Amino acid sequence: MTELLLLALGASLVNNFVLSNFLGLCPFIGVSRRFEAAAGMALATLFVLTIASGLSFALWQWVLVPLHLEHLRTLVFILLIAGVVQFTEIMVRATSPLLHQLLGIFLPLITTNCAVLGVALLNVDRQHGLLESLVFGASAGAGFGLALLLFTALRERLDTADVPEAFRGAPVALVTAGLMALAFMGFTGLGAR
Amino acid sequence: MAARPTFPAGLALDAHKQQACGTPIIELSLPPQVTLALDQGSGYSAEPVVTVGDSVAMGTLVARADHPFASALHSPLAGNVVAIESREAAVEGGRNVCIVIENDGSGRIDDRVRPVATALSLSPEELVHRLRDAGIAGLGGAGFPTATKLNSARASGAQTLVLNGAECEPWICCDDAVMRSAADDVVRGALLLQRAAGAGRCLIAIEDDKPAAIAAVAGAIERQRDAAQRDDALTLAVISAVYPQGAERQLITAVAGIEVPSGSLPAAAGVICQNVATAVAVARWAAYGEPILSRVVTVTGSGVEHPCNVRAPIGTPLSALIAAAGGYRSTPLRLIAGGSMTGRALPSDDVGLTKAMNCVLVATPDDVGSRLGAVEMPCIRCGDCANVCPAGLLPQQLHRAALADAHDAMHELGMRDCIDCGLCDYVCPSQIPLAARFRDARRRLNAAEATAQKAAHARERHELRTRRLQEAATAEQQAFESVRNRARQPDDDPAGGNR
Amino acid sequence: MNPVAIGIALLVAVALAMALGVALGWAASRIEPDADSLVERIDALLPQTQCGQCLYPGCRPYAAAIASGEADIDRCPPGGDSTLRALAALLDRAPRPLDPAFGAPKPAQVAWIVEERCIGCALCLPACPVDAIVGASRQMHTVIAAQCTGCELCLPPCPVDCIELRAAPATSLRHHQPRAA
Repeated sequence: MTELLLLALGASLVNNFVLSNFLGLCPFIGVSRRFEAAAGMALATLFVLTIASGLSFALWQWVLVPLHLEHLRTLVFILLIAGVVQFTEIMVRATSPLLHQLLGIFLPLITTNCAVLGVALLNVDRQHGLLESLVFGASAGAGFGLALLLFTALRERLDTADVPEAFRGAPVALVTAGLMALAFMGFTGLGAR
Repeated sequence: MAARPTFPAGLALDAHKQQACGTPIIELSLPPQVTLALDQGSGYSAEPVVTVGDSVAMGTLVARADHPFASALHSPLAGNVVAIESREAAVEGGRNVCIVIENDGSGRIDDRVRPVATALSLSPEELVHRLRDAGIAGLGGAGFPTATKLNSARASGAQTLVLNGAECEPWICCDDAVMRSAADDVVRGALLLQRAAGAGRCLIAIEDDKPAAIAAVAGAIERQRDAAQRDDALTLAVISAVYPQGAERQLITAVAGIEVPSGSLPAAAGVICQNVATAVAVARWAAYGEPILSRVVTVTGSGVEHPCNVRAPIGTPLSALIAAAGGYRSTPLRLIAGGSMTGRALPSDDVGLTKAMNCVLVATPDDVGSRLGAVEMPCIRCGDCANVCPAGLLPQQLHRAALADAHDAMHELGMRDCIDCGLCDYVCPSQIPLAARFRDARRRLNAAEATAQKAAHARERHELRTRRLQEAATAEQQAFESVRNRARQPDDDPAGGNR
Repeated sequence: MNPVAIGIALLVAVALAMALGVALGWAASRIEPDADSLVERIDALLPQTQCGQCLYPGCRPYAAAIASGEADIDRCPPGGDSTLRALAALLDRAPRPLDPAFGAPKPAQVAWIVEERCIGCALCLPACPVDAIVGASRQMHTVIAAQCTGCELCLPPCPVDCIELRAAPATSLRHHQPRAA
């Protein structure tokens, strides 16, 4: 139990995938202008990360390893992630067409979110079991969502702030992201023994 | 000294009231001409019932209130109606249709102006009806028709009448002067209003920086104690001199301990507020049958020679009021109707006195100086504005939302609850013109809401029409089919055919 | 590498891809996309004049077109700049000016039937999308100003050109703040 908690803490805060490992920056910058869209993206990514993490472990353990096809893991994981993302898109379109419109191209681009593939590959590298894979994936998703929502809230405030002309838009957003990364460095060493 | 009851937040401001209250109220004689704006401050205009050339006497009805938020208008002098046209007026927008009456010097009083001897024994409904006919409106600055307010109070079963003698805004001291000189009328008016509102108890609230007024009213209450129905029916409540103590909701919190919920009226919370000057007007009506023909107004500011309180007929040009105060000392920077916090600038001194005008502030740069030529700086998040907001809002966040024109955010932050007191503007170290910005934002919010409501209504009508056409088409189709079916199978006719 | 291994690898990959494809296809056919709620939200922002200047027969069809991506958001002159900005904010698109090809925004207007010229033909009644014209055959017709959206659809059917457009009565923009009692 403690192991799982520490794993969760590590994946979500200490080694936050966006702010410490700098993975998944595309949706981080791209969907962070409106809170409604960011919330939708955070939920979608959490869903994809958890499912993909579990399914990729299952595929690894019960298909790739017995057939000695470990070298195919990148290809297979990508295929799997693409399928899960497409399924997510079908669900989003059915529940909230507005969210579907707001997310636009970024929804299918979750496939290319390096955080998702990263989680799947790290599960293999660190030899996580099924439960650990699921927890790792879910916490990574939670951490991503947290960073994304915080960043979106900050960007919405920046929209109405008195930002110098040269910094308006992406520049001040990137500066903010850097400062957030600095802040998250404060978690370093949390949970270490 | 023990802390007097008050509301949360607010700020004690420099009063600037001493000069004007030093002298007794000046009774201004009837001017040669009065200009009566059809909108006397409530935002809704009355309908004229006279035409150009008509002869009127003092107290003759010249405009009828068709809308419940408008008040009836009576001529304050005897003379002839010389014009009914758009003129500069002390209303939002600067212009209003005005009835201009020229004094013929006769001083004739209308026959219908008669004392109402049995005022206290009239039923509340009849009393309110008569007050509406007399054009009684709130003389505290809003000009809201008293009859409408009383009816809403009775409908909500309000039990407490609060008489507002707080007069919290700097420079204004007309209510103070009225309470000192006509305390008996204040109490008599309070009792009448209490009856009209159906309220069980009445509190007269006065700020603690008006000791003479407090003494006078306390004395009047003692003298009239036998006229009250219960011993505790009429009491005096002394409250802290904090701005904006006299604002309705804040006053109710201070004296009755209730917080009126956002979006609802004080009447729904069981309280009704009336100004002391309104009470005096009601007493004068009962005593002489006099509709509102005049009011006490403070003429003050560093720009007049002798600041004072003046009782003047409604419609008196402000130039006459300023002359009564000794004339201009220097060219003023601004002529303000109201006090230094919520007053509105006037286009010229030709405008006529309205029922809602409680003060004419002839302001020099010293009086409004701190903001003159001020350069707006960015918000430094000091939070002073939130510390003083009497409505408990967050002006800092509201400002951000107002700049972004974010209607949803403004609603959530409670823009509608802003009472426009101007304290956030007053304390802002970055000189941000918050009061003007919020007023503008509220205007835009109201416009957007009006547009949205109209659109929703149009959509509903369109959908009903579409459905109506569809049903008509279906009915027609069904009728056609039944006729066709009958034509094909005559043997099924139960009446029997020709076989 | 030996060909058997390659063959197995290929087989696994293809099998996985096909399995995913079938599963997704089945899911897509069983889970219906919900178009309505987005159309509702867009429609709520449109001015409801039902004028057809956007080249759609009413506001709701235009909203549906925006939702499906068929039409852009810059086609509504009666909505003007404020509607454009609201739509851009809802759909998170860049704000841009109204397309002049669909007309220019006009100040609020209402239709007015000049009674001296009206012949009571009742041709304008069915044209009004919100039923704002009262009248009957050979009776005087009149427009209920409070219901009129200024869409101008009643002008073409009138055979004697007795309908004109006038500025809508100004609504009070006071912020209705009660001041001290």
